[in-house]
Amino acid sequence: MLVMGIETSCDETAVGIVEDRFTVRSNVIASQVELHAPYGGVVPEVAARAHLDQLLPTIDWALVEAGCRLDDLDAIAVTSGPGLVGALLVGVSAAKGLALSQGVPLLGVNHLEAHVVASQLEFGELEPPLLALLVSGGHSSIVVWDGSGFRQLGATVDDAAGEAFDKIARFMGLGYPGGPVIDRLSRDGDPTAVDFPRPMIHDPSYDFSFSGLKTAVVRYIREREAAGEEPDVADVAASFQEAIVDVQVKKSLAAARAEGIERLVLAGGVAANSRLREKMAADCAEAGIRVLAPSVRLCTDNGAMVAASGSNLLAAGEVSALDLAVDPSLPIAG
Amino acid sequence: MLILSIETSTQQSSVALAAEDRIVAAARLGEGRRHGEFVGPAIRFCLDQAGAEPQDITGIAVGTGPGLYTGLRVGIATAQTMAMSLRLPVVGLSGLDVLAFQFRHTRPLICAALDARRKEVFWASYRPVPGGVQRVSDPQVGAAEKLAAEIVAHGEECLVVGDGGVRYQGALEDAGAQVAGIEQAWPLAEHLAELAIPRFIREETEQPTDLQAMYLRHADARIGWETRGRMQGGTGDS
Ligand SMILES: [Zn+2]
Repeated sequence: MLVMGIETSCDETAVGIVEDRFTVRSNVIASQVELHAPYGGVVPEVAARAHLDQLLPTIDWALVEAGCRLDDLDAIAVTSGPGLVGALLVGVSAAKGLALSQGVPLLGVNHLEAHVVASQLEFGELEPPLLALLVSGGHSSIVVWDGSGFRQLGATVDDAAGEAFDKIARFMGLGYPGGPVIDRLSRDGDPTAVDFPRPMIHDPSYDFSFSGLKTAVVRYIREREAAGEEPDVADVAASFQEAIVDVQVKKSLAAARAEGIERLVLAGGVAANSRLREKMAADCAEAGIRVLAPSVRLCTDNGAMVAASGSNLLAAGEVSALDLAVDPSLPIAG
Repeated sequence: MLILSIETSTQQSSVALAAEDRIVAAARLGEGRRHGEFVGPAIRFCLDQAGAEPQDITGIAVGTGPGLYTGLRVGIATAQTMAMSLRLPVVGLSGLDVLAFQFRHTRPLICAALDARRKEVFWASYRPVPGGVQRVSDPQVGAAEKLAAEIVAHGEECLVVGDGGVRYQGALEDAGAQVAGIEQAWPLAEHLAELAIPRFIREETEQPTDLQAMYLRHADARIGWETRGRMQGGTGDS
């Protein structure tokens, strides 16, 4: 069973092909990062235009890499939300065109669920219950998967984690996207150099807040500069990253303990952060929790995760109609 | 010959199936912002009415704008993947051309004008020629006053057609133009098909990857923090 997955919810035009739910046949990503870099963030109209330009070549490339033809596909899966509405509509329209002309089922996929499901491409059938820390440029939440559905335990009350990375990188003039730059810089910095606040870390809920941390970093740099000192960029980056990672790991562990869950999935673009992976692995090992952290290519937005999620829907008989609508704020829990 | 025609670049979405000499089936939605939900079922409806399968289609015509960007991309993306999948030639035509073509029997000078939002219109001028119309100015975007000034400069009888004309009727009539009513104010898939069919016959067609949306404006460079924040219930303030 071959399922194609199309992903255009944000700034990656991505197409993947998955065989029998677990095997990646191809996973092709045409990144728009360079187009958005001058703005320091994703510009919706720029993204939508680039998706339209990139989608056909990306589909072609995914077919070539998978060594198959459109006629071989058993279904077309596509992200229908959440995301940028104009960007989502390009992928959904393209998917409908394919499904309609090939006479195969259309599968509308929830982007957030797909991030979690991506794990099955490396770890096989996922065993419930599962806790997932879902962190990226557009979302930050802790969810539980019980085998049939998702339940959200907590989420950011302001910025998403990736957004906080982008904004701080922009403020410090480090470029875009912020996550990888700060990750790289932090390796040369001292994470204990500046004691930035860990917002909401003592709050009993599983919600996050990153906007106060962002303000604290900005204030710290301005104070140093006002005092005529040059702040150590690597130290600031490492300390900022440590604060974000600390909150995410502590909250995830607290949630896992409270729910009595022994498996934790790291999902989303920020799950590519090396310090988050390292600290999560170390702290979970101590707590006897198994961490499923898929490789970076499956953490950032990609088509294979959409194909995997679509494959699960197809197996469950949950096919979408041709009037499938996009939902820019589709939640993970139904 | 069976041509599938898709026009979604204005607040009227339409789909049609056309044979060489007639419209076989057509569907139309007068509701903006729902292009994405309409097009797939509308194509299925037209095929069913015609008793045809996707494999029976021999070419795809699609409106390439200018118009509402989101709707425009819905039509082009659908046309592209269908053409790719069915290995069909495509013809992309501007909605302004289609709109003017609908009025080819009326006046010596026709100006097609579509509402471009932000107090602007997209427009181009046409003259009737045997079998259709010929564009005499490049499509452009600007304030209605600029269009009115251009009409005054032409100094001849001119009919403005399209929802852009209807919206700025007063200013355009003051400039001496006549303005066509709202009944035929949008390019429709059946007229697009009619205009495209001679091109399919002459094999003046393109590959699906050649299709380009005509935007006429640079992308609005506002970062989507707000939209991104909202995905997770955030405030999105930067
Ligand atoms: Zn994502």
